[in-house]
Amino acid sequence: MRNTPRPLWNPYVAGVLLGLGLLATFLVTGNGYGVTGATTLATAAVAGKIDPNTVAAHTYLHNLFEVGLDRWVVWEVVGLAIGGLIGSVLAGRFKLQIDGPTQAGRSLRLVLAVIGGIAAGFGARLALGCTSGMGLSGSATLAAAGFLFLIGFFIAGAVFGQLTKGLWK
Amino acid sequence: MSFPLGYTGPVSGIILGLIFGYILENAGFGSGCKLTAQLRFKDWAVFKVMFTAILVSAGGLYLLQGLGVIAVDNMFVPSVFLWGSSLGGVLIGVGMAVGGYCPGTSIVALFSGKLDGLIFLLGIGIGTLGFNSVFSSIEGWAWKQVGPDGLTLPQLLHLPAWAVWGLLFAVLVVVGYLTRTNASARKTSNKSSGSFAPQNS
Repeated sequence: MRNTPRPLWNPYVAGVLLGLGLLATFLVTGNGYGVTGATTLATAAVAGKIDPNTVAAHTYLHNLFEVGLDRWVVWEVVGLAIGGLIGSVLAGRFKLQIDGPTQAGRSLRLVLAVIGGIAAGFGARLALGCTSGMGLSGSATLAAAGFLFLIGFFIAGAVFGQLTKGLWK
Repeated sequence: MSFPLGYTGPVSGIILGLIFGYILENAGFGSGCKLTAQLRFKDWAVFKVMFTAILVSAGGLYLLQGLGVIAVDNMFVPSVFLWGSSLGGVLIGVGMAVGGYCPGTSIVALFSGKLDGLIFLLGIGIGTLGFNSVFSSIEGWAWKQVGPDGLTLPQLLHLPAWAVWGLLFAVLVVVGYLTRTNASARKTSNKSSGSFAPQNS
């Protein structure tokens, strides 16, 4: 592993490559990138094993539990994880740590991470997609829903970004 | 050959996902510090990467449609569910400001060694179960569809796709121009305060 991490890519270069990867994904599969499709299937699979009531008939997760995990989006998220690992190791950025707000202690960082995750997990089901599936892939088809999502995302993010500003300084 | 090709098996998923993860990591998106800096308007990389990717992908899709190679209708185009699409975006924006990530970037963070990425991911599972438990009181209002299936901006604005693309490109050029000095400003602020340090501090 390298001692000094490699610099990040120029954002426009990263954007062009991401756009080409997304375009290839559309041409190959007919849909774009997604993430919470997979996390929802995984949640249904785990919860259903532990407590079948969570995936009983008429629940939201029922059909998703029936579908199982052998879906394209699940494999794509497995690839996403491998890609993140290869990227961080090759660039010398892989490091075991608790990241997060620099002004918060360890336990507060983890509490904030779980609260943020809960908001994102709930929100992604409401929007039927997350920043990847709705914001990026939806907008790439020029879908109005994708842009509506991004407007909500950036406005709320900016408001709460101001409220949490002190934690990150 | 007709598009989409319909390769939706494990190999297709892993290869395309790997490209996605590799690019996100190298853009710096495995770092909550970098991601939330966008929300504080200290660093415009998130906007630039996303908007550039949207323009490249949309440009490719509509160009190929114009050439008769594909029909965008045959791709997955999400419909507008007014409250679901907007409030869902709001909650994911709040989640990023508070927790540092969005779902995809929390996975990249986890696989760059960040424990808070794992905790964020567990939070997503809890949030999903929370949604499941209140689903019956949500489905009635959240997913009321506005407009036709897969409503697009060109349909909504009654403009040709190239004109919408041109407007979005203009937004990127203007924002990119206005925030152009950020890179050098960032380097100096790094040295002085250390607050920006990177992705892996």
